[in-house]
Amino acid sequence: MHRSMKAKIVITPKKAVLDPQGKTVQNALIHMGYAGFGAVHVGKYIEVELAGADPQAVRQQIDDACRKILSNPVIEDYRFEIE
Amino acid sequence: MNFAVLQFPASNCDQDAVHVLQHLGHDARLLWHKEPSLGTVDAVIVPGGFSYGDYLRTGAIARFSPVMQALRRFADNGGFVLGICNGFQILCEAHLLPGALVRNRSLQFCCETVYLKSATADSPFTNKIPADKWLRVPIAHGEGCYFADDETLAKLRARGQILWQYCDESGALTDAANPNGSLLNIAGVCNERRNVAGLMPHPERASEGILGSEDGRLIFESLIETLSHSTAAAVA
Repeated sequence: MHRSMKAKIVITPKKAVLDPQGKTVQNALIHMGYAGFGAVHVGKYIEVELAGADPQAVRQQIDDACRKILSNPVIEDYRFEIE
Repeated sequence: MNFAVLQFPASNCDQDAVHVLQHLGHDARLLWHKEPSLGTVDAVIVPGGFSYGDYLRTGAIARFSPVMQALRRFADNGGFVLGICNGFQILCEAHLLPGALVRNRSLQFCCETVYLKSATADSPFTNKIPADKWLRVPIAHGEGCYFADDETLAKLRARGQILWQYCDESGALTDAANPNGSLLNIAGVCNERRNVAGLMPHPERASEGILGSEDGRLIFESLIETLSHSTAAAVA
């Protein structure tokens, strides 16, 4: 039986990639006086609503989509959960 | 010669590329991105712009347009492809070129004139550029910071795939002359086979005296020179 699922995907810049956005946000936090705040990395959050009978097959599809289009493996890492 | 200039939703400078090639005495036509075939062409220009609104990442959606499948076949057959600005980003997303373009170091859209040093004359895209000539050409981009991992950069250097680097007026590759934070001041690269190249600056906007610089024309003239020695046109 098919059921509705939701993939929650988080995409972040790879450590080696220059992340001026993260650095700018970090500077702002420091200027605001937040103590103990270290490096900030700004990424993306994507939700995909989907339907399927087999959670394992759905995982594979999302993983495939993450590699092919949702992220660029040259500059980004991704992780996701399905609920 | 017969050129196709691809056209995506929100391409720009596509007409400029057609104009330059026609001005140089060649046939050039726009090709809509829904076309499944390139027809018979000698070379393809992937122009600048903001294809698909730069959604997700620059060039990420355009990469899957029908014409890009034909472009891949064309490139695989040895056809010559030049990507400019967004065209460079699209070719990187399509893995036809190594590396990726990310947000400028300044987080600002950079719209200025830069100097470009050709790292090698040994390519179909630089063979007419004198070794002591720095090209004065405009840039206009928000995501032009070239990134590749260390292993890829080492290969690019070893194989002479870095074609253009940002330099100052004296030809020095300084950090101050680097408008966007690109690694090694890289402004443009080619693939290992040397038939596909891309660059962030806009040579088509600096190809006539009335535009303030004619230097960009040397890149098109290099390609035309190459094509004049190459065999039959590729079909894809």
